[in-house]
Amino acid sequence: MKFLQRILASVKPNFEKGGRFEKFHPAFEALETFLFVPGQTTAHGVHVRDAMDLKRTMMTVIIALVPTLLFGMWNVGYQHHLAYGMDASLMDNFWFGCWKVLPIIVVSYAAGLGVEFVFSILRGHPVSEGYLVTGLLIPLTLPVTVPLWMVALAAIFCTLLGKEIFGGTGMNFMNPALLARVFLFFAFPAYMSGDIWTDLSPEAGQAIVDGYSGATNLVAFDANYHALPSAGDMFWGFEQGSIGETSTAACLIGALILILSGVGSWQVIVSCFAGALLMGLLLNGMAPADVPNHAMHTPAYYHWLMGGFAFGAVYMATDPVTAAQTERGKWIYGLLIGAFTVVLRVFNPAYPEGMMLSILLLNVFAPLIDHIVVEQHIKKRLNRA
Amino acid sequence: MGKSIRIRRGYDIRLEGSAEKTSSALPLSDVIALKPSDFPSFLPKVLVSPGEEILAGQPVFFDKDRPNLRICSPVSGEVAEVVRGEKRQILEVRIIPDRETTRYLEFPKQDPAGVSRGDLLQRLLDSGVWNYIRQRPYGLIADPADVPKSIFVSCFDSAPLAPSLGFVVGQEPENFQAGLQALQVLANGQLHLGLRADPADADLDESVLRGIPPEHIHRFSGPHPAGNVGIQIHHISPIQKGEVVWVVHPQDVLVIGRLFREGRYRAQRTIALTGSCVARPQYFQMLAGQRISDLTGARLQADHCRIIQGNVLTGNRSSADDFLSFYTNQVTVIPEGDQPEFLGWLLPGFKKLSLSRTYFSWLAPNRVYRLDTNTHGEERAFVMTGQYDKVLPMDIFPVHLLKAILARDIERMEQLGIYEIAEEDFALCEFVCTSKIEVQKIVAEGLDYIRKEG
Repeated sequence: MKFLQRILASVKPNFEKGGRFEKFHPAFEALETFLFVPGQTTAHGVHVRDAMDLKRTMMTVIIALVPTLLFGMWNVGYQHHLAYGMDASLMDNFWFGCWKVLPIIVVSYAAGLGVEFVFSILRGHPVSEGYLVTGLLIPLTLPVTVPLWMVALAAIFCTLLGKEIFGGTGMNFMNPALLARVFLFFAFPAYMSGDIWTDLSPEAGQAIVDGYSGATNLVAFDANYHALPSAGDMFWGFEQGSIGETSTAACLIGALILILSGVGSWQVIVSCFAGALLMGLLLNGMAPADVPNHAMHTPAYYHWLMGGFAFGAVYMATDPVTAAQTERGKWIYGLLIGAFTVVLRVFNPAYPEGMMLSILLLNVFAPLIDHIVVEQHIKKRLNRA
Repeated sequence: MGKSIRIRRGYDIRLEGSAEKTSSALPLSDVIALKPSDFPSFLPKVLVSPGEEILAGQPVFFDKDRPNLRICSPVSGEVAEVVRGEKRQILEVRIIPDRETTRYLEFPKQDPAGVSRGDLLQRLLDSGVWNYIRQRPYGLIADPADVPKSIFVSCFDSAPLAPSLGFVVGQEPENFQAGLQALQVLANGQLHLGLRADPADADLDESVLRGIPPEHIHRFSGPHPAGNVGIQIHHISPIQKGEVVWVVHPQDVLVIGRLFREGRYRAQRTIALTGSCVARPQYFQMLAGQRISDLTGARLQADHCRIIQGNVLTGNRSSADDFLSFYTNQVTVIPEGDQPEFLGWLLPGFKKLSLSRTYFSWLAPNRVYRLDTNTHGEERAFVMTGQYDKVLPMDIFPVHLLKAILARDIERMEQLGIYEIAEEDFALCEFVCTSKIEVQKIVAEGLDYIRKEG
């Protein structure tokens, strides 16, 4: 590694102040600090520091995303082969999906990181690590059939308007990855809902099986919730949907990693699930008895399994920048996300995927929730006297 | 009985190199120095000139703003030079101490319990011992004109590698007792002590606390910062706007005790030499103002070290050529961490300390670490929430308070509790911060701002 260090040291002066490529210093610095944790020492204040930094934090989230990613890749292949009535081995399914998903990931990272670097160079601030996670979250929330140029557009949109115009990672008020998805959802609705969830690229000598339906669960759910796949299938993720969100089980593994490592807020995850369950139960109680197919009758725990609920609760709602920041605020924030998701799903057939919208809505309200909590805290402090 | 309080939020950083409980006296160096910079917001005016013979206990400089605050010489000898920096700012006053015997300015020996508050206060001011009494808020030398709500002494230090204060005061139990009696008079009976409850401080002989009403002896258990006097005040009688609480370190109580029992200003301190770079960490007795190299000398076992006066969280960066400050109780020496590490953020990190479990070191919770001064990453915008709350055992929202300070919003700072905090209470917040934000610096700025503008 001394060799790499020497190369970096030899080109470094070009990027320093007064060097030929002075402007590109943030880009060089990003590469250098990616390869080497800098030998920077504490200046004033504490003399020792916790080993965790933002790179490690983001890396941990990526590790937590791996189960959903691997399962998603497998499921893409599985759904594809299912549609053609083919028997395929585990590895066949996985490689097929991997081949389809990888380009989306590559495009997402390339486009988003490109914007980050350009911005850093123009504004002269260091490249932040936030996009390491966003870049993977975006593909996982999209259907596998999404055109690559749309992925690029969404990545650029969310980095630019979701983050950089506010000052970069840590300054944004809405979850960038969800912003990318919601952008595509409203800009290109035909590519984001309907018959899009399974990769139907032709297989030689095969035809799509009769009676195959590409309608998503959440659309089926609004018409007749009895038509949903079994709870078991929805839990494990043997269903159609966006690449990373189908398996609640994989999301729960991710949740475990996030909670154990202390990177994700367990309060937010637990309260999201609790909010959805409570609202589900409430609606069960109020459901019209004479309409047995009404969505209000859906067993409350189905909301945990359907659609992107688990994925959103574990990976999106927990984003520390856009969630509520106070302890009590996190509980309120999570409960409202869960409850609001169920309300949206049950009463508004136009937007079946309530999770995305309710997280974004609560992102906007998070500062208000915090404000109320802080005001309460101040009142309590005053009464202490 | 006083209150028994369990501190839940906090963290004990386990480091290599804690001091063995043996104490040896160090010989006096050929020069000692008094540095005005040791005393916060002190505007020095020098009272002595080079070549002048002075006694131990004779004032060397005083504060222009508060002329009755003076800093006295810990030794007798000849003033060697007044070292000045930019704009003739006084950096040091150097004194060549007498070799054989120290000649003291003598004060009458008295039982502090029998002295009136006014006389006692005057004696402390005259002898220069006053500067050991500090006030909260702001952490400055106390203003003799104030009548404090109470005086607090935290009898244990919970910081990393901290000296056992029970062992330190155990060297001179009578002086400690006399010092506490003096503070009792000064506080009009409102002297509060914070003791370690769990595990009980075996080094502290509690018979020295005779004379302190039991309801003023409070016991604290739990991790650092349980020993911080600010945390203890917060849990026992929080400071409101306009109130002043004085705090004294146990080691400084000894100095006060000596003044009354021996009639002399003796600035001897028991210093714990600690840290992973020290060959045999133990306690040494030396004089405030003595050279650090007297202490570290040949006792270090590595070359590339950082010498810190104080602990790794709140101490000041020092060097072998520096002089021991009047408030130092501990000198920590740890390795400098200026070596880049290849893909360090990606490795499993079995030997990396983190409060989060993002490194696998959490599998070995009892590991003792040899931390260096590396920042482990660069400063970023604030991202991770809830981290500071986990290590600040106060009813305070740290992030919101810090934001109020950055916004210079005085009303908000007051509402969120700025008067109750000091830099040291936020040191762990700074330690855990993923974004590597310099939290203590922000707190210091906030306290400074509100003191001048509020």
